[in-house]
Formats: sequence, C-alpha cells, structure tokens
Amino acid sequence: MRAARAGLTRGRIELRHTLTNGQDLWNYIFPAVLLLVVIFFMRNATVPGTSFSLGSRTMPSALGMNVAFGGLVTMAMALTVDREDGTLLRAKAIPNGMVGYLIGKITLVAGMGLISLTIQLVPGLLLLDGLSVRGASSWLTLIWVVLLGMVATMPIGAIFGSLVTNPRNMGMIMLPLMGLIATSGIFYPITNFPVWLQWLAQVFPIYWLGLGMRSAFLPGDMAAVEIGESWRHLETVGVLGAWAILGLVVAPIVLRRMARRESGSRVAERREKAMQRIT
Amino acid sequence: MTVVRQLRAPAAVSDPPDDDLAAIEVHDLRMRYGTTDVLTGVSFTAQRGEVVALLGPNGAGKTTTIEILEGFRIRSAGDVRVLGVDPGHGDERWRSRLGVVLQSWRDHGKWQVRELLAHLGLYYTPYSTPRIRRPWDVDDLIDAVGLTPHAGKRVSQLSGGQRRRLDVAIGIVGRPELLFLDEPTAGFDPEARREFHDLVHRLADIDDTTILLTTHDLDEAEKLADRILILAGGAIIADGSPDQLSRRVAADAEVRWSRDGDRFVHSTGDATAFVRELFQQYGEAIADLEVRRASLEDTYMAFVREYESGRSASALRAFEEVTR
Repeated sequence: MRAARAGLTRGRIELRHTLTNGQDLWNYIFPAVLLLVVIFFMRNATVPGTSFSLGSRTMPSALGMNVAFGGLVTMAMALTVDREDGTLLRAKAIPNGMVGYLIGKITLVAGMGLISLTIQLVPGLLLLDGLSVRGASSWLTLIWVVLLGMVATMPIGAIFGSLVTNPRNMGMIMLPLMGLIATSGIFYPITNFPVWLQWLAQVFPIYWLGLGMRSAFLPGDMAAVEIGESWRHLETVGVLGAWAILGLVVAPIVLRRMARRESGSRVAERREKAMQRIT
Repeated sequence: MTVVRQLRAPAAVSDPPDDDLAAIEVHDLRMRYGTTDVLTGVSFTAQRGEVVALLGPNGAGKTTTIEILEGFRIRSAGDVRVLGVDPGHGDERWRSRLGVVLQSWRDHGKWQVRELLAHLGLYYTPYSTPRIRRPWDVDDLIDAVGLTPHAGKRVSQLSGGQRRRLDVAIGIVGRPELLFLDEPTAGFDPEARREFHDLVHRLADIDDTTILLTTHDLDEAEKLADRILILAGGAIIADGSPDQLSRRVAADAEVRWSRDGDRFVHSTGDATAFVRELFQQYGEAIADLEVRRASLEDTYMAFVREYESGRSASALRAFEEVTR
C-alpha cells in the first residue's frame, strides 16, 4: 500500500520533470505541430463518398493512434532505457521497489499520454470544422476509449520493453508499428483496401482506437463510411478488452522474468557496450 | 534442545534475529554457468558489525558471490544465510535490512539529489523499528556523505566523485544492518577515496553496520577491513585479519639503511636479528634505518602465487591442522 503510494509520487515527480526540460517539452509539442501540418495539407480533400473534410476525420484518428503509440512505444522505451542505465536495478534493491517502479511508470506514461492528447486536441477543436463534442456522451466515449486503449497497449509495450535489451533495437518494434499505422485507417479510410488487409488491421488495437476516437468527435452520420456502417462500440470494447487481458496476463510473467535477471554485473556489461558505441 | 529451536523458529521470521547470529553465513557455495564452475565451494562467515573485504584476481568470482548474497543471482548449490535468511527467498522485510551500493551511470539524471533520496526513503518507512529508525533523515544523510552543497542539483550535474557519494547515500538511506560495496572506490581520486574511507569507518563505528566489500585496492582493504578473504579459482584460499595473513606467509621484511653516505637494501626473514647484528658491526655509522614488514600486497601476491602453483589445497589443509 505504502509502495503503491510511493509509486504514484514517483510518477508525479517524473511527470513534472518532463515539463521542466526542453527535450521533453519538444517531444510533447512536435507531434502536435506535425499533426496540424498534415491536416493543413489535407484541407481541400474530403472523405471519399462524402463532402466531409478529410482533415477533420484524420484529427480524432490520429489522437487514437497517439494513445496506442504512447502505450506501446513510450512504455517499451522507458523500460529498456531504465534497464540499461540501472534504474530498474535500483528499484530491485529497495523493499517493494519494483511495485513502486511499475506504478510510477504507469502513472508517468498515462500522464504523458493525457498531456499530449490535450496539446493535440485543443488546437484541433479550435481550428477544424465538423468536429463536434456533443455533450456528456461524447466526453464519456472519449474517456472510456482513452482509458481502455491505455490498458490495452501499456502491458503490451511493457512486454516489448522487457524483451528488447538494447534501446537501439527499438527499430524492430517501430517498423512494424509504422506499417500497422499505415493500414489502420488513421490517415485514410481503409474501406477501399483489400479485404485481407482490413481484417489484419482489425486484429490490432490501433484501428479500434482510431475508430473509437472518431465515434467521439465526428457527427453520427459519418459512421456510414466505416466498416459495417457503424461505430461498432461493442466490437471496440471486445478487441481492446482482449488485448488488455492478454497483456495483463502475460506482462507480469515477462516482467518478473526480466527483473529476476537484473544484477550489477549485467548493468555494468551494458554500460561497457554503450561506452564502446559512443567512442 | 531441538524442541526449543522449533519453538523459536516462527518468532525469528517476524522479529529481527538475535544479535549473536552471524550477519552472513556461507557454506560450500557453488555456482556454475553452463559447464563453467565459477564458485567451487566458498565458505565463510561475517559477524555483526564486522567489516570484511573480499579480494581476488579478476574472474575469481567476487562479484558473483556478492550478487548471490544480495539476492540478485540464484546459486547452483550450497547453504547461504544473510541476516538469517536464504537470499534466494528473501522477502521485502529482509530486503529493507540490506543496503546495496550500485554504480550509477545516468539513471535518475533528471532528479534532484534531495528529491531522490527523500523519495527512496519512503519505501523504508514501514520497516522502521524502535531500535532502527528508518529511513535515515534525508538532510542528515546528505550531510553525512558530504553532498549538502549539492542537495538541490540534478543528478546529471554531479561530478564522478559526487555521484559515487550519492550511490553510497542511496545504499544506506534505509539504515541497513548489512551493506554490500562492490568495488566502491574504482575511479576515485585520492581525496575522494580518503573521504569515502572516513564514511565507511563512521558507518561501521556508529551504526555497527556489517560491511562486505570487494576491492582491487589492497591498501584500501587493509585500512577498512577487520578481516580479509582472498578468493581465487572459485574458493576462499585465505581468511583472517591483515596481521594474521601476513604472519602466515613467510615473506621477507625489507631493511634499508645508509652508512657513510651510501644506501643499502637487504631482504631478510628475521629483521630484528639482522638489525641487531648491523648495529653491533657498525654502531654509530648506521643512519636512515627503515624496516618494512611484508605488506598486504606482498601477502596477497604470495597467496595467489601459491594458489596458482597448485599448492593451495595442501597448504590450506596444513594450516587448518595447525590452528586446530
């Protein structure tokens, strides 16, 4: 209990650190700027079969993508980096340190996700036509999609982070993820894609996060251009829920195995390797 | 006798074990990676309040031994008790009584020194006892390791020596009963080394902390340790105070003197007799007399060489018979 509270404190302190240095602030602002630029270039395009602005469709989809990206990549990165530099070993050397560390990391990654979401959402709402937040039900949808999305992706990210030992090997995760984003209907509807590609996209959380966010922000009749001509909330909960359960079952096993193998000499080994790369 | 022990056993789980229990008991510890035997039967004990230095050539198994005792590595075989508990199954209460000094690198770079120590101390509050108040008050701790002028600095802004002092502070923030130091002063300048030695002395004296350290610096071992263990080829080949060890090897003392402006050096097994003779022969003409007993370095080299020439097993047996 005390360790859980210490973990929350840890997450809060680290979140504050991200707001007080240039590198982290840039990491918050850069994706928002990038998104606005992309949408700017889409300003004259419309969603096929409608007169609805493609940019306004992309905005909520990209927010969903960023929730998935935060859960998967930020979490995986944090774990590999913390393992390489010995942060994790420090946690292991103090009583209940691992519990505190994990709760701290979840708090940090969730907090960072919410901050980036806000930074991207606010200018989007102010600048784009057609985005509507229609009262409580829209906000409710936004909240459950974001929360469920985080629970579905963070454990998977933690698993990747435990398996990848070298932060420089993160490309192994980034490349397939990029491919997945391209096929998940974030920047363009996938209804015109080959059917097998549509099925593939629907296995993974990114498509469903995009869909869920669109359902929160787009007018109801835009559901007509989605697969099945509906927002499919039930299926969204089903697929994201399945990923969440899978992650929550597997992550503790993988994390425990990874933590058990941490020791001073392992960190020293990695430090040696990293030093060789630098020089 | 057996009955009493059985009755006592459950109480030992929740209460801190009795003071007369050894802090570390290792019996026939073995470690094997694949087909390589790293430890082939390490046995030693460390009493409470003792400062023990573990010496040995590279690859002798020092770090492996210390990591097994810290509970970071699972041993292949042997009996190990650290504060009365098997480190392979140590719980969080056990963990709270240990301190491990790790070499920091760039972890927690964004944290301020005081912020980090205060945070890490939080984890120890549930384990405070009337005898040992945990954690260490953060400002006292920062003062004890000499970081007061840097308390508000970010960890990434500290110099190498300051960072190592922070490592020590993190290791002792929970007021450990047993502290592990794996090559604590590697990369220190002489001044930082001296300050570090003072700190270790203070810990051992004031808090009666048991300390197990590994080092390559024999002067350091001699200065800090009550007892020295020499680990070679996966086993302890020597165990005793620096004095006891030097008496065990028949190393020669070195006698230096000058006579009529000329300087002389002579190695001898019996320095007292040699010097007596010297004075009888030359009397007043002798000046600048200096007698240097075998240093720990000489002793250490003698042991390692003896081991490497394959005589260690028989020598050790002979020694044990004599002391028995």
